[in-house]
Amino acid sequence: MFTYIARRLTVAVPTILILITISFVLMWSAPGSPFMGEKLPPPEVMANLEAKYGLDQPYWKQYVDYLTNVIFHFDFGPSFKFKDRTVNDIIAQGFPVTLTYGFWSFIVAVIFGVGLGVTAAIRHNTWLDYLSVGFAIGSQSIPNYVMAPILVLVFTLWLGWLPGGGWEGGTWDHIIMPVIALSTSYFASIARITRSSMLEVLNSGFIRTAKAKGLPMSRVILKHALKPALLPVLSYLGPAFVGMVTGSVIIDQYFSTGGIGQFFVNSAFNRDYSTMMGITILVGTLTIIFNLLVDVLYAWIDPKIRY
Amino acid sequence: MYPDKTKMESLAEATNLAEVKGRSLWSDARTRFARNKAAVGGLVVLIAILLFALLGSFFQAWTYEAIDWKLMGRVAQIGGPSVENGHYFGADELGRDLYARVVQGTGISIMVGVVGSLVAVIVGTLYGATAGFFGGRIDNIMMRTVDVLMSIPFMFVLILMLVIWGRSITMLFVGIGLISWLDMARIVRGQTLTIKNKEFVEAAIAVGVSPFTIILRHIVPNLLGIVVVYATLLIPGLIMAESFISFLGLGVQEPMTSLGALIQAGSKQMLYGAWWQIAFPLFFFLATLFAFTFVGDGLRDALDPKDR
Repeated sequence: MFTYIARRLTVAVPTILILITISFVLMWSAPGSPFMGEKLPPPEVMANLEAKYGLDQPYWKQYVDYLTNVIFHFDFGPSFKFKDRTVNDIIAQGFPVTLTYGFWSFIVAVIFGVGLGVTAAIRHNTWLDYLSVGFAIGSQSIPNYVMAPILVLVFTLWLGWLPGGGWEGGTWDHIIMPVIALSTSYFASIARITRSSMLEVLNSGFIRTAKAKGLPMSRVILKHALKPALLPVLSYLGPAFVGMVTGSVIIDQYFSTGGIGQFFVNSAFNRDYSTMMGITILVGTLTIIFNLLVDVLYAWIDPKIRY
Repeated sequence: MYPDKTKMESLAEATNLAEVKGRSLWSDARTRFARNKAAVGGLVVLIAILLFALLGSFFQAWTYEAIDWKLMGRVAQIGGPSVENGHYFGADELGRDLYARVVQGTGISIMVGVVGSLVAVIVGTLYGATAGFFGGRIDNIMMRTVDVLMSIPFMFVLILMLVIWGRSITMLFVGIGLISWLDMARIVRGQTLTIKNKEFVEAAIAVGVSPFTIILRHIVPNLLGIVVVYATLLIPGLIMAESFISFLGLGVQEPMTSLGALIQAGSKQMLYGAWWQIAFPLFFFLATLFAFTFVGDGLRDALDPKDR
């Protein structure tokens, strides 16, 4: 087990370094100056600006500085556009928002997805099964940037129940629509995965034994079938997490929730490279750590896997 | 004593007719595919959409960038779909013809998907087959590289690339092509591992065929089934990735358009009652996605020998 974790870590660490390097190479290969507005500032102003942000240093020095700052001080440097804020400030402001609705979306997707999948599998080949599968296929193929406008149309414009955007410190009525829009397609995928793996488990020998012992059906499902059926779902959680973080770019943009996705897109339009880099690296690192956790968890839970 | 000649001839004819036509994997797959109603339906829809994207522009009354000044500022009231003024799908918020724009957007979206998928087929197949065939340390290094590339949040890096090197459709193709082959490489490698132990590969090695000729002549043709399936299933994913980027306004640039860009523009106008601006692009978007998914699923059922 420990060798397995160690081996995974030896892949994870270089991956993070490669990610930082790619972002850095992309940034210095950018044509033009990040300080270019309508036109370039006068040369002496440019020189001062470049000195302030360390851009007058040779590339290798900039790279080493950036790397040491990011790794040892968790410092992504100053923002190129907001003079009074660092990238860390921006992340500190946006990340809790993203984390809040991301967390709820995750919970909603897992609980409802597993629930629907198990129900469909127990009632295999009944109208309930067909309805669940149809519903899952339908919502799986609707991307969140289509879901968001539809939700706003229904709940804000027609029914007038929920505000069409904003965050306001994360009150429940501002969270509902982002969570629905973000979780729909993952909920659908989880439901389909759960259904098929549950069907497989229900056909296996140990379930027949449990039934033959005369256990009530609810106990067979909860005590015997659920755990092995959920293993494939566990391995889907990694991709789901990535998808939700990426999806937050859309959610922030559409609902103006003010998460890191919104800052990312805004800095993309402002050519604020340092903020973009910081967010990319943060998201990438989180993804790698999360995937690592899921894999370790998987190896720990599934007795069939030996490392 | 002898049976007469005509009888012999008719008998020979009958045996000739009774000779069973050989069933190859592909003809077998074709019959299975034809029996799958959802897949055939998907194929019909797909062909219809392709024809729409290719030939739709011959029926348009306006070009995709011409502005109908008569509608200016009153699009939500009088810009709806109508046959009389030539805007079959209505007009967009600037008074441009939505029909022409949907034709163009559908074409671009499908092109992004198909080109990305072709890159995946070429690069992914060769890469995966090479890694799988040589095995050992080469395989290890090649596949660890894929692992590393896969764990990079590609959407964020793609946006970073688009911003830094300029937003253009070429950049979009490059960016999507860069990642689309990773999954394909993994799948192909796995298949190659089983194929390379078959007798015909052993025979080829024994007669001294060079490794790359073996990969191209003996391994890749045997991978075609699975490659075709995953290439088809990859297309909807790539179309969604493109529309994601275009939705953020970072993809295709005006006056060119794609379905994602049209949906984004439409979702803003929907609130003013111009429903057609989101309805038509969304319809073609979802129809394309569904069609590709159904055709891909059908191909998998037809070609994948596991699920018979």
